[in-house]
Amino acid sequence: MKHLYKLLSVLLILYTLVYGMLGSVPRLDILNETIRNVYYHVPIWFAMIFMMTVSLYFSLKTLLNYNHLNDSKAFDASVIGFFFSIPGIATGSLWARYTWGTWWTFQDPKLNGVAVSILIYLAYFILRASVDDEQKRARLSAVYNIFAFVMMNVFIMVLPRITDSLHPGNGGNPAFGKYDLDNNMRMVFYPAVIGWVLFSYWLFELRNRLTLLKHEINE
Amino acid sequence: MNKRSLILFLLSLSSFFASAQDNGPQMADGMRADGKIYVVIGVLSIVFISIVVFLILQERKISRLEKQIKK
Repeated sequence: MKHLYKLLSVLLILYTLVYGMLGSVPRLDILNETIRNVYYHVPIWFAMIFMMTVSLYFSLKTLLNYNHLNDSKAFDASVIGFFFSIPGIATGSLWARYTWGTWWTFQDPKLNGVAVSILIYLAYFILRASVDDEQKRARLSAVYNIFAFVMMNVFIMVLPRITDSLHPGNGGNPAFGKYDLDNNMRMVFYPAVIGWVLFSYWLFELRNRLTLLKHEINE
Repeated sequence: MNKRSLILFLLSLSSFFASAQDNGPQMADGMRADGKIYVVIGVLSIVFISIVVFLILQERKISRLEKQIKK
C-alpha cells in the first residue's frame, strides 16, 4: 500500500507529540524542560538533510541519464528541504534565546554553517531560474547541486566538529552515545526522526506530482 | 485515513487524557496533570492533525487532476 508510509509518519509524529511532553527527561540546569525541543527541533533538521540527499540522488540520476522527471524530482526535493530549514532555524533561534541567552550567535559554527548552506541552496534556485533551456538547466543545476550538497555537509557536519560549538555532540569527535540523550529520550527521539523524515517525503511526493501535472499541461 | 477513523482517534485521545487526570494527586508526576500539560498536547495534536487533513485533501485533488489529464 503506497499510503502506508504516510500513515506511519503521522502516527509516529503524533506519538512524539504526546510522549515528548509526558515522558521523563533528565533534570538539567539552564535547559530545564526545553530539553524536550530535541524531539521537535532536531528531527526537522534530519528531514532537511534527508531531502537534500534525495535531491542529490536525483541530480546524479539526471547526469547519468537525462529526463525531466529526475530533474524535477531533484528540484522539488531541494525545495522541501529548504522549507524545512526555516522552522529549523526559527525553533533553534527561539530555543537559543532562552538557553544561550541570544537569538543568534556568530560564535557557533553550526549556526553560521546553516546560514551559509541556505544561501548555497538559494543560489541553486537562482541558477535554475536563470537558464531557459530545459536540458541545459537540468545538467548545470545537477552539477551545482553536487557541490551544494558537499558544501552543506562540510558546513554543518564537519566544521562544527573541528571547532568548539554550543551545540551538544559537536566540538571534538562525538558519537551518538555522547548526546545528552538517556534511554527514555531515545524512545521518543528516534521515532520522531523517522516520522519527520517520512513526512518530508510525503510533502516532496505531493509537490512533485503537482510539478509533473504542470509539465504535462504545458506540453 | 478517513474522517471516521480520525474522529475515533481524537475521541480515544480525549479519554486517555481524562483517565490520566483522574489518578493524578498522589503521584509525583501528577504535577503534569495539574499543570494542564495535557491541554497543550491536545492543542498540538489538533494543529498537526489539521495539517494532515489538509494534506490529504490536497492529495485527493491532485489524484483527481492526474486522472483527468490521463483521459
